[in-house]
Amino acid sequence: MASIAAGMDASPKTRSKPADGRRGATAEEMAQKQREISVSEFFAKNRHLLGFDNPRKALMTAVKEAVDNALDACEEAHILPDIRVELLQRSESRFKVTVRDNGPGIVRQQIENIFGRLLYGSKFHRLKMSRGQQGIGISAAGMYGLMTTGQPVLIISKTSKKKPAVEVLLKMDTSKNRADVVSETEHPEDDGLFPDGHGTQVSIEMEGRYQGGRQSVDEYLDQTAIANPHARITFVNPSNETIEFKRGTNEHPPEAKEILPHPKGIELGTLIQMVERTERTQIGSFLQEEFSRVSPSVAKEICERAGVTNRTWIKQVGHKESEAIYKAIQEVRIMAPPTDCLVPIGTKALLSGLLKGVRAEFFTACTRPADVYRGNPFLIEIGLAYGGELPKDELIRVIRYANRVPLLYQQSACASFKAVLETAWRNYGLSQSRASLPEGPLVVMVHMASVWVPFTSESKEAIADYDEIRKEMKLGLQEVGRKLGIYMRRKQRMRHEGERRSIFERYIGEIAQSTESITGTAAKKVYDSLMRVAKRKTEEADAVLDDEGRRVKDEDPLGKDDSVVIMESRIAAPPKEAGGDDEVPPAKGAKTQGSLFGEDDAPRSRRKRGSGN
Amino acid sequence: MARKSTSASGSASSGSESETRRTAGATGKVREETLGKIGSLGKAVAKTALAEDDPFVNVPMRTISNTSYNEKRRLLEMGDATLRRNLFNTAQARKFMQTLLLSKGCKDLLEAQKTLSLRGMYYKSLHTIAGTKEKTFEDQEESDTILEDIEVALTTLRENLNLFAKKRGTMVGNITVIDNGDTIDCRRMGTGGYAIPSICEPSVIQFGKCEAKFVLHVEKDTVWSRFNEDRFWEKHNCILTEGSGQPPRGVRRLLYRLNHELGLPNICLLDCDPWGHYIYSVIKQGSINLAFESQRMAIPDAKYLGIRSADYTRCELSDDVKIALNDRDTERAKQIAEYPWFAGKKHWQKEIALMLRNGFKMEVESLITKDISYVTEVYVPERLKAKDWID
Repeated sequence: MASIAAGMDASPKTRSKPADGRRGATAEEMAQKQREISVSEFFAKNRHLLGFDNPRKALMTAVKEAVDNALDACEEAHILPDIRVELLQRSESRFKVTVRDNGPGIVRQQIENIFGRLLYGSKFHRLKMSRGQQGIGISAAGMYGLMTTGQPVLIISKTSKKKPAVEVLLKMDTSKNRADVVSETEHPEDDGLFPDGHGTQVSIEMEGRYQGGRQSVDEYLDQTAIANPHARITFVNPSNETIEFKRGTNEHPPEAKEILPHPKGIELGTLIQMVERTERTQIGSFLQEEFSRVSPSVAKEICERAGVTNRTWIKQVGHKESEAIYKAIQEVRIMAPPTDCLVPIGTKALLSGLLKGVRAEFFTACTRPADVYRGNPFLIEIGLAYGGELPKDELIRVIRYANRVPLLYQQSACASFKAVLETAWRNYGLSQSRASLPEGPLVVMVHMASVWVPFTSESKEAIADYDEIRKEMKLGLQEVGRKLGIYMRRKQRMRHEGERRSIFERYIGEIAQSTESITGTAAKKVYDSLMRVAKRKTEEADAVLDDEGRRVKDEDPLGKDDSVVIMESRIAAPPKEAGGDDEVPPAKGAKTQGSLFGEDDAPRSRRKRGSGN
Repeated sequence: MARKSTSASGSASSGSESETRRTAGATGKVREETLGKIGSLGKAVAKTALAEDDPFVNVPMRTISNTSYNEKRRLLEMGDATLRRNLFNTAQARKFMQTLLLSKGCKDLLEAQKTLSLRGMYYKSLHTIAGTKEKTFEDQEESDTILEDIEVALTTLRENLNLFAKKRGTMVGNITVIDNGDTIDCRRMGTGGYAIPSICEPSVIQFGKCEAKFVLHVEKDTVWSRFNEDRFWEKHNCILTEGSGQPPRGVRRLLYRLNHELGLPNICLLDCDPWGHYIYSVIKQGSINLAFESQRMAIPDAKYLGIRSADYTRCELSDDVKIALNDRDTERAKQIAEYPWFAGKKHWQKEIALMLRNGFKMEVESLITKDISYVTEVYVPERLKAKDWID
């Protein structure tokens, strides 16, 4: 199955000579050229499909694939991830990417499969929420490295304290879609790399370009840290600076459960394949055991509609029967798939991730209840950060995740981006022109968790636009938007109150003095009284009235809401009024250049790496 | 800060200096009364403030909606509508502060027994508010408006607050006046004429010997000079005045007193345009802005001699004198035609309708195209003789 037939119109041609007598290749001649193409060869020629379009993106993709694998492995083994990413610049356009984790390690026999073959992996055949899905990523990175530099991939793995670390050099054979082992040695001296007694390190030498800013390795790691607050990531950049993303929580995310496919989620071809491969002998048990949510009665109903019975032997199910079963599945009502297989990041972890990564003043997050698209359960989570040091006059920023993996490219093709566009942000106090992102100091984070994330391409850059998915995203955006709206109104109200009071207070002094000089009443007395009235009046004027005109004591449920965090210290001073008080210190220059994420006193630190490493 | 006209402030201050040699401004009972009114305004504010409430000043509204035409007395009167100016209203707070500040200024002035020009008062009250960069007044206009408010709010007069405006307006003719004790013979004023002071109250100006039989009021200085040079007032035994466009209060008060005290009829020679018509209206019925002063300024018997729309054909004027009406002129003309005091007057409706039909306006100077002295030797004498004016 790991091959793609060459010659798209490979229908057999039998004529030996064209009837019209034209000169050209005969079917036999053509047949000589027709042969299998290995997947690796196919992707070697189409590397842009995997995210290796250009040197800069290639570098980011390589890091991303390795880190995603590391996080997946750690999670599955229930280990708090400790990941080190190192970029070593060999020359102007050549880098060595090294990613090391404290995961369970990889047993020796599997190393060449995992790192040397495309479409080889543990995650494709199961329905379980994980970062990787296809088994392409890391091997593609290795292949890209080999193609651009000729250097093999170096893997060091240690599976337990008792076993020595194994070092394997792999060189991929693209025509055969497998890897040749260049060298293989046991390396007890490498044990120091894995203080936990287990882990994997992969080094790939490749052509690349390192540049900060949008869509960079830095951004990918920044955003990964936000969505994975349980991970510690250490990044050594080509300038030999160490950037550490500290762990935000020591709690393991709950482990994702694997589920069986839901009947409504599969296609006819998949069904036929499943029928061919199953070890069950009868249709009834096949349906009940290999799918989720198929009870005996549902199985019976499907079979009846398909003109077969529960007890029909699988062997007797041919193409025609499969098609009938497929059709029957679509017609029968089947319970939605279980959703407990999904592991949301969770409101609390989302907030702690945003808090450590974004220098904003207002944070909120929500986790939507699970829903189903095409038989696949999924859930949407939204995080939002507003104000503080975020740039004010730019379009808002959307950061997207699928199963905790940041998506950096093809924003406008992504369902999440469309959902953000379609949300009426004006209702929440932001300005937004037609069919564009709103403007303002805002970062919106959209996370989709699913057992199978529908990407628009193999390089996993954008989430496909299913109605169910977009709808859930919009509901989530509205939920956080409403909270933002409340906050914005409260802020505005406070500002109005302040402005009003300052207008009155400005004149009260003059009035008190004039009054004293006209009537002889002490200015101080008049002044104090009027100041008290000013305070009272402004409060009255700004009080919110309910539908019946009664005063609402506090419109603001934000204080009690644990999905909201407000950083009072980051709220910028209100803009100065023309001709107003000069004593107000100017608002501290907000960082607007480059990264949205402030760099001073952020909970990650930069330091020069020690020389004797 | 924008200094609108240096010459204005200069003349005003020198005026006040000369006046201060003798005690100036309101005296005796009037002075006491005015001080009392300012005092009660201040007390009301202090009382409300100490009661921790929202202090306010009631200011009668000086708008067309609060102005009515009294047909019996034939003048404009101000209605009862007032505007409550509160401190604790963001739109009014500043004006409230200015009202008190200027009230205090007037009190100081009355106590010192000195007078100040409006501009002088503006400077007296002008300073930066403590702790801010905001000035108490942005320009003189802001302070002038508030002073008018104070006038109506205290039901007093500017003159009683010891304030005067920039001098405007000139007089010459067969009359002698006593201005603050100085005897002035208006028959011997040379080419410049007697500058009509801003305050023409009997306490300042008294009338002496007067042979004149009527007053001819012309719109502006240029026309007035023509008449003076031609010794029109001598030949026709009259008083000749001008008010530099819309006549200031001093001029209007003087015209009123000449009419009221000496019985001299008032005849106006103004431009044939909506602005000329409105000058006549103000002299005759009073103005909307100062409707509260109509009864001591309006001359209901004043006549409008010209220029009239029909004069274009009657005097066989050339096309060159036509000035096309613009949109604003047309709009204003229609507005004036609808004023109640014009609405019932057939002649005036005809006059305005003809002007609109003609589509042009004419200035008094247009008559010069006939002859330099056509206006003094032919036009006005003929109309006077024929009593050809509109009322």
